[in-house]
Amino acid sequence: MDDFYKEYILDHYRNPRNFGHLDAPDASAEDLNPLCGDKIRMELNVDGEGRVADVRFSGKGCAISQASASMLTESIKGRKLEDIARMKMDVVVENVGIGISPTRMKCATLGLKVLKSAALGEIASWPDDEPAATP
Amino acid sequence: MIAASDAKTARIVADFPILAKPTSRGKRLVYLDSAASSQKPHVVIDSLVDYYSNYNANIHRGVYEIAARATDAYEAARAKVAHFINAAEPAEIIFTRNTTEAINLVSFSWGLANLKPGDAILTTQLEHHSNLVPWQLLAAKTGAELRFIEVDDFGNVLLDDLEEKLSGVKLVALTQISNTLGSIVPLDEIVPLAHAAGAVVLVDGAQSVPHMPIDVRDLEVDFFAASGHKMCGPTGIGFLYGRRALLEAMPPFLTGGDMIKSVSYTETSFNELPWKFEAGTSNIADAIALGVACEYLTGVGMEWIREHEIALTRYALERLQPLVPRGLAIYGPPRAEDRAGVISFNFADIHAHDLASILDLEGVCVRAGHHCTMPLMDKFNWPATARASFYLYNTEADIDTLFTALEKAATIFRVP
Repeated sequence: MDDFYKEYILDHYRNPRNFGHLDAPDASAEDLNPLCGDKIRMELNVDGEGRVADVRFSGKGCAISQASASMLTESIKGRKLEDIARMKMDVVVENVGIGISPTRMKCATLGLKVLKSAALGEIASWPDDEPAATP
Repeated sequence: MIAASDAKTARIVADFPILAKPTSRGKRLVYLDSAASSQKPHVVIDSLVDYYSNYNANIHRGVYEIAARATDAYEAARAKVAHFINAAEPAEIIFTRNTTEAINLVSFSWGLANLKPGDAILTTQLEHHSNLVPWQLLAAKTGAELRFIEVDDFGNVLLDDLEEKLSGVKLVALTQISNTLGSIVPLDEIVPLAHAAGAVVLVDGAQSVPHMPIDVRDLEVDFFAASGHKMCGPTGIGFLYGRRALLEAMPPFLTGGDMIKSVSYTETSFNELPWKFEAGTSNIADAIALGVACEYLTGVGMEWIREHEIALTRYALERLQPLVPRGLAIYGPPRAEDRAGVISFNFADIHAHDLASILDLEGVCVRAGHHCTMPLMDKFNWPATARASFYLYNTEADIDTLFTALEKAATIFRVP
């Protein structure tokens, strides 16, 4: 049980990567999980080819939500917005690396939901119990 | 606790079938979330099965035997609830779905009929969203002003400027116990001043009526709202107590069947109290079971339950003390006697959700989050807290398990 939370989850929780704000974001979104108050904001700079040049996230929440968002920011630099908009939940589930109970799934996926919203320029559709629909 | 009390607690634990069932990980179920919803004794569960198995029928309509039996049981349940909180008569008890619906009934019926621009509603900074959002909307609709009694860092209300705040107030709507901090609101200090200022007083009793003796006439409150599922009763049933004179003068809230006396194509005259406020087929089975829950709690003794919870709270505050140097922060009034059996806490830099997940591995059920009191959480700048809440079936062993589980959380999060 001691590895219920993997070492790297705690590391990302305590030392979040790409945490903060961009001076002039080209795209941004934020959302919260009203059940628990977890809150995440994502800001993106986009280059001329529609690729992510830089990213920052900010927010408050549990280790799962914050580490999941932190890991996500590490994996998206250079990726096209349209690809990000198509990302699926299994990416974050794999990142978090533990069996996530249904009630914690919203914590794990909040960062991705906000990132996709930023990429789409609108709130991503996010049914409670299904992966986000491919746009 | 003394031995006699331990024996009584053991008998009570045996009344709750769920407490004998281990979790999927084979742990003993340590249920510390009764402030969210209590467990149910077998007498309450049995009464649901009895109704559906033996006399299921609609009430106030059928002339046949089981319909009469259902009607009698439903109205007897109303009398039991009235007796439980010492209402003057059963007609002053309106069955609702829950506390939220009871408060909305007052907001839509009494509030829209009685408030106008220039009036004020006074509430506290402690309120559950259910006793805040309806008043925000009522204020917006009527042009009335919404004011707040402030609280100190322990969650105790600050009453020095109460008389000033009561100027122009038509309604004081406040909780008796904070569901987040466990602090107790001194109604005996507030209600007389509110009445002297000409205000009507509504009390959100969701967290108080399950845990301490309540006498609405002694408290001199005008409205009192509560939920069955927090007091050993089923979900989907709650009640509003209202003084007859107020209820008589109020227009109906929901309208339709059962709440009418006579209907033509153009006009309706309404039924008498309490049925004027119970439109449509009621939640018959759950109302009857709520009556059984009231009898069960009376049998145990509400004074005993209050004393039991104070003793458990005192034990918990002492038992958890060794974790304080490691970053355990316990919120609410410091003394067990000054609080309900509710302990909100945070531990080092472990988020409340992570804590609750780890405690769950050990069979310990606690709530984590904002407890439906987002403004209060914002005031204290807490993104979330974990909350352990106690009831008649909890034991010192439950708190020992909580302590052990918190130590495990510290290990997992490498808290020094």
